[in-house]
Amino acid sequence: MMNSEKSEVGLSKWDGTISPDKFQQGALAFAEKWKTVCVAHDHDLPNWSWVSCLNPHFLNLHQVDGYLSLEKMCILRSDKIDGETSDLVMEEELNCLESEDCTDPASLVQQAAQQVHYYDFHIVYSSSYRIPVLYFRGYNSDGQTLKLDQIERDLPPSSVEVLTESKWTFITQQEHPYLNRPWYTLHPCGTNELMKLLMSNTCLSEDEDKVEAECFFIAWLSVVSQVVGLRMPLQMAVLQHN
Amino acid sequence: MENEGTEALKYVWKGAIPLQIHLHDSEVATLPPPPPVLILAPRIGYLPLLAPQIKPLFSSTLPPGDDTVWFEYKGLPLKWYIPTGVLFDLLCAEPERPWNLTVHFRGYPSNILAPCEGEDAVKWSFINSLKEATYIINGNCKNIMNMSQSDQLELWQSLINGNLESFLKVTSKLKLGAVDDDYSAKLYPTIKPLSDAGNTDNPGAKTGRIPVRLYARIFTKVFDDLEDAPEIDSWEKISYINRPIGLDKDEGKCFALSDAMKTLLPEYFGEGNNEKTTEAEVKEVHSEDADDTKDVEEATTSVGEHTETKQPSVSAKIKLIRIQGIEPKPEIPFSWVVNNLMNPDHYLHICVYLIHC
Repeated sequence: MMNSEKSEVGLSKWDGTISPDKFQQGALAFAEKWKTVCVAHDHDLPNWSWVSCLNPHFLNLHQVDGYLSLEKMCILRSDKIDGETSDLVMEEELNCLESEDCTDPASLVQQAAQQVHYYDFHIVYSSSYRIPVLYFRGYNSDGQTLKLDQIERDLPPSSVEVLTESKWTFITQQEHPYLNRPWYTLHPCGTNELMKLLMSNTCLSEDEDKVEAECFFIAWLSVVSQVVGLRMPLQMAVLQHN
Repeated sequence: MENEGTEALKYVWKGAIPLQIHLHDSEVATLPPPPPVLILAPRIGYLPLLAPQIKPLFSSTLPPGDDTVWFEYKGLPLKWYIPTGVLFDLLCAEPERPWNLTVHFRGYPSNILAPCEGEDAVKWSFINSLKEATYIINGNCKNIMNMSQSDQLELWQSLINGNLESFLKVTSKLKLGAVDDDYSAKLYPTIKPLSDAGNTDNPGAKTGRIPVRLYARIFTKVFDDLEDAPEIDSWEKISYINRPIGLDKDEGKCFALSDAMKTLLPEYFGEGNNEKTTEAEVKEVHSEDADDTKDVEEATTSVGEHTETKQPSVSAKIKLIRIQGIEPKPEIPFSWVVNNLMNPDHYLHICVYLIHC
């Protein structure tokens, strides 16, 4: 299906959405690549994994039988609370950029001095919008769930601005489709238009369906990850063009 | 002639449920305890919107602390973002009149319920649902995103005040249109469907998808009378499907309510291995059929491992389908059901009772 949409005529007709099958295909390929890149470049990041959910009583609750999950992702941005100087923050960022390694002794000392926040990220297929949707939640080292104002401090500054202006339509708490508990989510409205723009600039071999679904996923997450401050190895994008 | 809504739609908008609301014992700080509050709640409304009427009657007896209102039915916290009428249809197997609910102003169960910060939270939950429905029907949310502030306010006020006429005037700008409905045309020849305005307003000409939310109670033993239905103590015993239904493209064939239910609950129609896809796109039909069959087989195999002698779908059946408090016949045209029984968020909310032994 997506092959024909890659042609000149087809591309203008593609609505920026993805089928349930392509979603699962892309998610699994993405998780595999993430693992490969982290091993090859010694990134100390947790792995994405596919979580399968068997339907109860033969009800097909979901068009996809699971979701992609990343757990215990450490986000070191709460130092803003401690009134750290911008120089120290910059230094810390440089350290992280150089080694991408949170076990750096300087980072460890820095880390011990502040509240560490962990995040779980889930990528779920939306039958309504026919695109991936990001769900996430934050918690302390003792497992206590973070409130919105705490999460707000972990967000990149540009996202905090949007959240202030569009409180109700940007990041809200909704029921997780599989876990049936309140989770934070990015509103998916408009994502398909964004994907049309992103994919139209991607050079792809039209014969490789698998690569296509994978690239959709990488393109989608490369934008979404910036909104929530999820670190994504640069090599994920670079390998696209090989 | 301007669309005033069908007669059935007017009844839906006037639909109300008598509630008898009791203050929870743990929040009674004075003696004697306050009497329960009797109130008529709109079916298409949301429980937190009743707080301004309820709270003044209980506030003098509340202990000190911050207020966050939430409701409970026999120990089950009620999800405020589900319309009141849907909650009633789903949780009261045998309709209870008045419906006895317990109200709390303390101890919000934030691990179960999404937070509710008053009317604004309800308003935006509603608008986000409408936005989702708009996307399903039109393929984008542009019309609702471009809605002016005054129209947004009028839309919300229409819902709060139960003003169908005002609601239809505002939502006509969203160009959500109506499903082509020969049945309605015969009953109400003087009412012009919005689709007469042109193909661009006909959802069938766009995505052909209908917003549907299905809530299923699953019983594992047979019972005859609804009053004998086991009570619910946990939301985990309710299954929820939020998935659009693709209209059947067969020309001349009437797409009935039972056809729609088949696409969502194929196993309960004895067609587990011939599952219809919910998507209208022909190319996807084949691949999804293959995958769905595979999924069903896997589920069957998995269950077979535990109960070898049990046939998975032999004892599965639909006991009841409820929409807006009525039990429509399975053969009723689905387009009529959609056009007349949908909620203001443009979702058709369907409650089903399933027997699975």
